Order: sequence, then structure tokens, then C-alpha cells
Amino acid sequence: MKKALSLAFVASVFAVTSARADDVQVAIDNFAFTPATITVKKGTKITFVNHDDLPHNIVEEKAAFKSKALDTDESYSHVFDKAGEIVYFCGLHPQMKGKVIVTP
Amino acid sequence: MDRDKDRDVSRREALRCMAWAGTGLVWTLSEGVPGAKLIGFAEASTKGFSFVQISDSHIGFNKPANPDPSATFGEAIAKINALPEKPAFMIHTGDISHLSRPKEFDDFDQIVRGAKLDMHYVPGEHDVIDEKQGQAYLDRYGKRSRGKGWYSFDHSGVHFVGLVNVYDLKAGGMGNLGAEQLAWLADDLRRKSASTPIVVFAHIPLWIIAADWGWGTSDGVEALKHLARFGSVTVLNGHIHQVMQKVEGNVTFHTARSTAFPQPAPGTAPSPGPKTVPPGELRGVLGVSSVTVAKGKQPLAIVDSTLAD
Repeated sequence: MKKALSLAFVASVFAVTSARADDVQVAIDNFAFTPATITVKKGTKITFVNHDDLPHNIVEEKAAFKSKALDTDESYSHVFDKAGEIVYFCGLHPQMKGKVIVTP
Repeated sequence: MDRDKDRDVSRREALRCMAWAGTGLVWTLSEGVPGAKLIGFAEASTKGFSFVQISDSHIGFNKPANPDPSATFGEAIAKINALPEKPAFMIHTGDISHLSRPKEFDDFDQIVRGAKLDMHYVPGEHDVIDEKQGQAYLDRYGKRSRGKGWYSFDHSGVHFVGLVNVYDLKAGGMGNLGAEQLAWLADDLRRKSASTPIVVFAHIPLWIIAADWGWGTSDGVEALKHLARFGSVTVLNGHIHQVMQKVEGNVTFHTARSTAFPQPAPGTAPSPGPKTVPPGELRGVLGVSSVTVAKGKQPLAIVDSTLAD
């Protein structure tokens, strides 16, 4: 039990440290994600910030993750811990799409 | 046949002339033909009945486009109360609230109660963003409904169908009805004769107005297939905060204004977000407009008015 806990502790410290180095933001302005396509390293935390007067949310194409509705100036963060291409969209305004390319 | 043609042409011409800015519309059904009348100026009809459509009240919105949508919604209710002929009921085509918060629904309920009318609702996407994804809406407004909130009812020989197209939206898509609701619709309409006037209401327009802004319903055409055999179909929507109308065969499509804030016409702005007008002009763009359908070949009577008048 002790061993498992300390391993988890080490893992979480590592994750936080490595993510911090690469933290990036995606802005939501005028019903668009900016940048619409972003390339990040595995483990990067992306923070989505809504600057619009209307709420938006972030939904992975196959609903692997989903944020709550973000009112003006609210944000949502997600750590992208698997390499590959992830398509997401706004569940309220589905014409808004974005892509995250996660490199190993 | 000619009569119908004339009626359609005059309706189209009339609509072209209008500077729509309505906060609420009164629909009158006479001989199965609907027409929107000006709230506050509607004359008592000698036949049929009337009902009111309101939409997009967005209670809880507080941005510059309208810092106080409760006030403008209250003004719309006052207009409805001033009608010389009491409407049979009122429909709300969604976005009651801005963020699905209990306080927003509470505030709405308190104001709408002032109309003392039976209400029929469908949700907008803003009404289903609570933690439980629409449960708060269903608990308050969807008690008589099926599935995610769809239902039908009859009034004086007219069949009304409330549809829900704000769930399970797909990436890159638009409004969505879904297979379960479409199957229910087919079954619901099966029992109706083709001469029954049909009024369908839903939040997002059932027809495609601007795909790049998401202003349409991806599987709306499937619903229209089920409606094709009926002689008189009226589709009432909201969502786009401006009036648009299209007549196609026996189907009249119409969107109502918001009572909260205007949105830009497609192609006139970089995004469909709230349109802020200069201070003092808000009520000027939240006015009301009317179409009165007279009997026979008479042209439609059109009157424009605003809350500032």
C-alpha cells in the first residue's frame, strides 16, 4: 500500500512538472478555436479559454472527454497524454471544430 | 390552386417589405392558414384562434448586447397582455435561460406567469447545459413530454408538434433530431389525416439557413419527409434571433426574434454572436412586427412596430 502511494506521488509530481513546461492555451474568440490546429508533446496540458459573450464547451469527437459549458472568461484544461490526432468541437455550436496533434 | 398561389406570392412580397424586429408574434389560424400578427395591434379575428410565439429570452445574459433581458422579456409579456383578443396559449421556442441555472428558470417563470397563458415549451441548447444535461429543463417544462422533451397536442383541429433538436450534436454538424425522435414523429403523424393543419415548433431552424453558423438541422429533411403529405404545415423556430421566412410547397418556415438581443444576419459579421447596437437603440431593434392573413385573396396586412414606438 505504502509503495503504491509513493509511486503515485512520484508519478503525479512528474506529470505536473513536465506538463508545466509545455502548458499551452487555446483561445475561443468569435465562435472559433485559435489556433484551430495545435501540435503538442505528449503530456501537455491545454487550457481552453472562452472570450465570447456566449457559452461554449469542449467535446472530444467521440466524447472521450467533455467540459462543462464555459461562460465568458471561464476555462477548461485537459492533459493530452496519448500520441495521436484528437478532434474536438463545441457541443453547443458544433460548427466550431479544432484539432490537437499529440507527438510522442 | 390559384388562390393558394396568390396567397403565397402576397406573403412573400409582404415579407420582403418588412423590417422585422419582433419580440413576440401572434399566430392566427384561419382556414388552416397561419399568419403572424403584430402584438399589441392584432385585431380580433372573426374566425379561428390565435396563439403567441416567444423565443430566446436568455434570462441570465448580462453582456453589453442587453444587460437586462428580464426587462425586455417583461415588456414582451406586457404587449401580449395588451392584446385585444386573448391568445389561446403561448409557445416558447427555446433558450428560456442563458446557462440553465435554477435562478434563471425561476426568474423566467415569475415573469411569464404574468401572461396567465398555458405554455408549451421546447428547449434550446442553453437550457440543457446543467450538470445533468437537461434534467432541470425536463423537470420544470417537460413533464408531459417524451424522450428529451418532444410531444404533440391538438387545439381546435390543429395538430401541434414540439421537437427537440439541441441534443447529441455532431462535430461539424448542426441541430440534431435523432432516430428515436424521428420514429416517434412518424408514428405520431400516422394517425392524422392529410387535411389536418400541422404546426411544428423547435428551437434550431429545421431548414438550413447558414450551415457555417450551424443554423439548420442536419436531419431536418427526414422530419419534413414525414410532413410532406399534409396540406398545411407551419414550422416555427427561434435560435437565430431574427425573423426569416421561407415558403416551400405546403410548408411555411418561420423564425421568431429573441426577446433578449439581436444576432447578425448571415454573412454580415465574423460570427453569429450577440449583436450590440448603440445605447438607446436596443428597444428599437426588439420591436414587433405582424403579418395578418385575411380571408380569400386579400393581400396580407403588414405592420412594423418596435418597443421604442
